[in-house]
Amino acid sequence: MSAMDAPPLTDTPTLDQVWAWLGEVPDPEIPVISVVDLGIVRDVAFDAASGEFVVTITPTYSGCPAMQVIAEDVEQALRTRGLARVRVREQLTPAWTTDWMSAAGKAALQGYGIAPPVQQVIDISGLSKGVKRHAIRQPDVACPHCGSIHTRLTSQFGSTPCKALYQCLDCREPFDYFKCH
Amino acid sequence: MDDAKFEYLLRQGDSALLLSQQLSQLCGKGPALEEDMALTNVALDLLGQTRMWLSYAGELEGLGRDEDRLAYLRDTRQYRNLLLVEQPNSDYAMVMARQFFFDTWHYYLMRGLLASTDARIAGIAEKSIKEVTYHLRRSGDLVVRLGDGTDISRAKMQAAVDELWTYTGEAFIYDAVDLAMVEQGVAPAAQALRDAFLQHVSEVLEEATLTMPSPDAFMQRGGKQGRHGERLGYVLAEMQSLQRAYPGVEW
Repeated sequence: MSAMDAPPLTDTPTLDQVWAWLGEVPDPEIPVISVVDLGIVRDVAFDAASGEFVVTITPTYSGCPAMQVIAEDVEQALRTRGLARVRVREQLTPAWTTDWMSAAGKAALQGYGIAPPVQQVIDISGLSKGVKRHAIRQPDVACPHCGSIHTRLTSQFGSTPCKALYQCLDCREPFDYFKCH
Repeated sequence: MDDAKFEYLLRQGDSALLLSQQLSQLCGKGPALEEDMALTNVALDLLGQTRMWLSYAGELEGLGRDEDRLAYLRDTRQYRNLLLVEQPNSDYAMVMARQFFFDTWHYYLMRGLLASTDARIAGIAEKSIKEVTYHLRRSGDLVVRLGDGTDISRAKMQAAVDELWTYTGEAFIYDAVDLAMVEQGVAPAAQALRDAFLQHVSEVLEEATLTMPSPDAFMQRGGKQGRHGERLGYVLAEMQSLQRAYPGVEW
């Protein structure tokens, strides 16, 4: 084997390169946003001992059926780039939050007709101090179609666990809202 | 193996699993599209949580039983769920009262488990509590809307609260397993949990214009130790039918 046949070191991609490739893997349910922009990919590391690239992902919702598909898509995406040794591992803590969603991801959601999350996760503490339910201020969710914040919640649970149903009171269109989590 | 912790994990997993199964039975039968989706969303969350609990239980046991074997190949007497979650989907008031009582307990338990000395349990609680918060907020809203609604909805909601009340105490009656978990710092103590539960329930029922039954009423127990009502067998029979008919089948 001549020296020219040996794969040059530059063939081992940098971690930034792997991140960039992962940034092209779409979420299976909402294909306009990548699994990186969604905050599902938590870490990429190269394990020198085993020669593996180890991708750490975290579930959005504990029962999300897309999780297995995402793990397979991540592995597949890196294999088609020529990475033979890839390992995808799942990590539970720290728990995924919509705060990890990138600005680009939020903009993509908006363009797709899904209102992006606007506020930190709700808790019920406000309900336990004599505060009546109807007096609790809901976050202003802007209609992704016309931009109006004159909207109302129609259901706290939507077509997937991560979404709620809203309706715009100005343009009258119903829309999905990506819940804070 | 830590027998008490194994039992404790089964209790959490089995309660989430049974309620998930019961809610799944309502898929396509909800009184409105939004309600139907909400019920199945909650069922899905609880199923995901079940997997985390039962996977851990199986690993701790170390006998090669994974989440599926624990869920599909145990009989009623080996189930450790609270009696509350095996109560029937009689009508929507019963479904929502059961959910509200469960969610309130669940929320405060998960809050307590965030401080568990078992890091994996604390991690499951951290993952679960965000989902549980949405569950509780919704079921509380429904109890208020149905309670403070029409004469008929109010009567049905009050009847459901009265009917299910006797199953709300079991979670706070600690046995040797629970006490061992408290001793190890794994689980929160019963008293603070019960106080928080009663406080939240009383506030929501008051807003719903419903009468809260006495906290000192007789409370049913036994589910955590494997003594269940007849109905659990029917629920399990449906849930486990595939694995019972074709043992070990995978797809």
